[in-house]
Amino acid sequence: MTSEAAPVEAHDTHDVRPIRKAAMWVFLGSEAMFFGSMIATFLLYRNTTADGPGAEIFNIPFTSASSFVLLMSSLTMVLAHNAFEKRDARATRIWLLATALLGITFLAGQIFEFTEFVHEGLKVSTSSFGSAFYMLTGFHGAHVAIGVTMLLAMFFLSLDGRLYEDRGLNVELIGLYWHFVDIVWIIIFTVVYLLQV
Amino acid sequence: MVFVIVQTAIIYVIIRFRARKGDDTEPVQSHGNTKLEILWTIIPVVILASIGYPIVKGIFDIRAIADGPDVLQVQVTGHQWWWEFEYIDLTDETGRTLVTANELVIPEDVEVNLTMTSADVIHSFWVPILAGKRDVVPNRVSNMTLIADSATPPDAPHPGQCAEYCGLAHADIRLKVHVRTQADFDAWVDGQLTPAAIPTTETEASGYETFNITCAACHNATVAEDGGTTDLGPVRAIEVDGVTFISSLAPNLTNFGERTTFGAGTFDNTAEHLAEWLADPSSIKPMRPELNDIPEGRILGMPNFNLSSDEISNLIALLEGWD
Amino acid sequence: MVVDTEKDLASGNPTGLWSWITTVDHKRIGLLYGASALIFFFVAGLEALLLRLQLTTPNGTILSADAYNQLFTMHGLTMLLVVVMPVAAAFMNYFIPLHIGARDVAFPRANAFSYWLFLFSVVMLLSSFLLGGAPDGGWFGYAPLSTQLEEFVRMDYYAIGAQLLGIASITASANFIATVFTMRAPGMTLMRMPVFTWMAVVVSFLLIFSLPIFGVGLFQMFFDRNFGGQFFGGTGDPLLWQHLFWLFGHPEVYVLVLPAMGIVSEIFPTFSRKPLFGYPFVVFSGIAIGFMGFGVWAHHMYTAGLGPVAEAGFGVATMMIAVPTGVKIFNWIGTMWGGKVKFTLPMMFAIGFVSLFVIGGLSGVLHSVVPSDYQQHDSYFVVAHFHYVLFGGGVFGYVAGAYYWYPKWTGRMLDEKLGQWHFWLMLLGFNLTFAPMHILGLNGMARRTYRYPEGLGWEFWNQVATVGSFIIGISFLFFAWNLIKSRKDGRVAGNDPWDGRTLEWSISSPPPVHNFDEIPVVQHVDDFWYRKYATDDEGRAVRIPDVTGGTIAAETDTGGEDAHEEDMHMPSPSYYPVVSAFGIVFMGYGLVYLPGGWVAVGIGTLITMWGVFGWSLEPVTRDADHD
Repeated sequence: MTSEAAPVEAHDTHDVRPIRKAAMWVFLGSEAMFFGSMIATFLLYRNTTADGPGAEIFNIPFTSASSFVLLMSSLTMVLAHNAFEKRDARATRIWLLATALLGITFLAGQIFEFTEFVHEGLKVSTSSFGSAFYMLTGFHGAHVAIGVTMLLAMFFLSLDGRLYEDRGLNVELIGLYWHFVDIVWIIIFTVVYLLQV
Repeated sequence: MVFVIVQTAIIYVIIRFRARKGDDTEPVQSHGNTKLEILWTIIPVVILASIGYPIVKGIFDIRAIADGPDVLQVQVTGHQWWWEFEYIDLTDETGRTLVTANELVIPEDVEVNLTMTSADVIHSFWVPILAGKRDVVPNRVSNMTLIADSATPPDAPHPGQCAEYCGLAHADIRLKVHVRTQADFDAWVDGQLTPAAIPTTETEASGYETFNITCAACHNATVAEDGGTTDLGPVRAIEVDGVTFISSLAPNLTNFGERTTFGAGTFDNTAEHLAEWLADPSSIKPMRPELNDIPEGRILGMPNFNLSSDEISNLIALLEGWD
Repeated sequence: MVVDTEKDLASGNPTGLWSWITTVDHKRIGLLYGASALIFFFVAGLEALLLRLQLTTPNGTILSADAYNQLFTMHGLTMLLVVVMPVAAAFMNYFIPLHIGARDVAFPRANAFSYWLFLFSVVMLLSSFLLGGAPDGGWFGYAPLSTQLEEFVRMDYYAIGAQLLGIASITASANFIATVFTMRAPGMTLMRMPVFTWMAVVVSFLLIFSLPIFGVGLFQMFFDRNFGGQFFGGTGDPLLWQHLFWLFGHPEVYVLVLPAMGIVSEIFPTFSRKPLFGYPFVVFSGIAIGFMGFGVWAHHMYTAGLGPVAEAGFGVATMMIAVPTGVKIFNWIGTMWGGKVKFTLPMMFAIGFVSLFVIGGLSGVLHSVVPSDYQQHDSYFVVAHFHYVLFGGGVFGYVAGAYYWYPKWTGRMLDEKLGQWHFWLMLLGFNLTFAPMHILGLNGMARRTYRYPEGLGWEFWNQVATVGSFIIGISFLFFAWNLIKSRKDGRVAGNDPWDGRTLEWSISSPPPVHNFDEIPVVQHVDDFWYRKYATDDEGRAVRIPDVTGGTIAAETDTGGEDAHEEDMHMPSPSYYPVVSAFGIVFMGYGLVYLPGGWVAVGIGTLITMWGVFGWSLEPVTRDADHD
């Protein structure tokens, strides 16, 4: 909010961070509904496998490992944000890169997993279970990919020494987004892989 | 009534408090009145609650599924764009059930339980004079109860119409409900279960040949033969939630001659209309037969078989003779 | 002072086509939304007139079944998503910042992006008419009809077009919410905001939470159609689509109506010369409607077979929505009560809104009576009901807003005589068209049927409805002509033609680019009124002497502001939003024409990335060295 002391300078350019953060939170609220609907769909079709493969083809140890990788990336993201706040550009850069690499590792794992499942006969068109599974995890993967792109963009900006310029993109916003995507994964991992009633 | 009160209030207010020429005083600047607010929140709540109870009760009454020995059980399969009816408890001595299409015949004063599903997209069964509508959904079973009693207007057949948009010919998926006395109904059932014999006259026999070559690829019909019966056309069924529904590719034409309409209740069953239909079905009812895929069970209308005028008139003679 | 180029130049407002394409000014974007929506309104209106012509006689032959199905699908889709929502967006864009004393919305470029994405998506949707046929599975797109063969049911344009419109709306809504929560002028507490802005906030939240659900449904439809998915067909359950659709679709109804309610909540006080009766109750009833709107989606599905418990629950919840709606109506009447009601054009349309909305609302309560809905559902009774709500309610409200605020947009008044023609013809035509549909529906006429048989007694009322629809059409020609003519010939309005109450009337008409020379400090609801009027002992308003209309800031348009110009840093024009939006719609076209379209998807992605990166990296203001 503007203070009365500077009525003219208003909020157009000055402290836009809280505004951006507010918008990011609203956006994440919207995303939550998006993933919520897909998770609900998956729950509806969890057992609708139409004689095709079902939850038994999941490789829980493998996915646990890749989930751990994604969780670790949240940690490195916190470290990146921490360094950013301390204006330590070098550390920020390193942790951003680490986060991006962990994200890429997770995506590689997901691609490997999808390939395996297709070999075992689970495709989008196999059953309602297959459709719901690929859509949910696929859209999550797309979110990770977008996050990785933003992290790398930020990393290259920091090489130019432009980490602290006031731009549409900044470490804090990416951090919010990244943590959200991680939390969604924890829910997906629990609901899709672990909960098998 | 609520409408009258509110409109009266609006009209009163805009006349009573309109700005008059030469009156420059400003109104009193009231900001509101909490007591009034509470009052006009509570009054509607009370009104709505008082109508709410009977409504909830009504829902449960309507949704109860009719069952018991006196109830006539009919299974309904919705198709793009026609209705299929199977009277599952009415069979001949061989166990063949009574199957008909687009014209439902029911006895008066008897509860009829419709058990319904759809072979393709969502339809909705609606005969306004007899009952509200009920959606007919693929992969789901739905039920509704019809009863034609003394309160029902006598001018049957009652027109019905699919009420859920089901694609191209949604306007032309209609039906008729005939209400009969119990005696007439029993006679009708007997007639349905004893089909016509294979024809012997030249025109009808020629029509029968065409029927076998062309029509029977999709249409079913039963004919009497050597003291038994023969079923023509492919037999298909679908199972939904443990209930087996007949799901033919096209309307069953047994005893077609006694129906009042064809084309899913759209055209009067006259030789003239039939000739038009057989010459080019899509010209009088919108359909897309070029997309049919019989092995897949996808039928989007009757194709134009380029029948000659002789073939058409012979077929008509055959069909109108089936009653 | 009046609007013209001179003024535009003087206030630093650039002119020319390029300036409109790259504009990030919320007022210009608002006008763009409004103008686009009006054009699309005529398109959708034309579609409706063709439908009515077809139904004039039994077994009508003017349209084929295929054409009819395309037209009714597109009529619904266009009117709801492409006309009424953008009209609401037009008002929100223009007035949220003015109402809360801000210089612009929170994200001016994202705002431009929303508009261009909306516009391109609509162009894409409408282009389907020329590219082999428009969507014909209904605007509600019920599966599995909507997932049948592309050669039979053309819904790819729908699945993609509606998705893109949704993204545009989510962006815009997030923007409005951020604006309202972080950019209010000093003293502008939430409970001092104009009701219109309050309703805009409620609507934005509704969209933020409901559109993604619809988005998932659309993706699922797209998967089913193109990748062999089994969400609704195959082993899937067709009712899943209905749940997802109506979880969006019902809040959507309030999205369409609440802004109109907000508009009339501004108009009634102004022309009764009294404060809004029960301001907090009007606000909270709006919020309550928004909340409850999420709990009643299944009342669109009574006939689908949800089981009696669910049906009863949703029926009761639906009835209860009538309560906060009633509170609003009583408060509007309370506002006029004891006031001095002036029959200006905005006021006439606002009164029309309330009267017609009451009819629509009551027939809505009839639907919540579930057993009777078994009859009315998908009959013309429903068509009548929602046209009373959305046209009688929505459109009357928005037209009222247009008459009310046109002077602020252009600096000139709309012509009174043309406006009277518009009002009376619209009122007459509207009732002639839609009142008979109640009767038709109760007599068993089903919706979405391109023809009906003779001999059922439906001919007469169908003819009346057709005549009525053409009268509506004519009334809007008066409106369009009025908008065009008054732009040049209208009476000069001045800053405050209506003796208004809210902040937008304190500045010049049209407002300068930066809106407020000095950000106002707010002390009341309807702050501007209290700068003009005090109350005497009896509680009557008394004009404060020596204060003319808009002294606060506006009289000094050009003189004083140059001094501030340096400090104000209005956001610079940018073409990246247009580029990004274009890239996304390019991808959309590709997705419609899979699998060959993957190439276009790739190209579109590159264009979008160019736009997004350019956007992220470009400085926000003209002054790059700043901060």
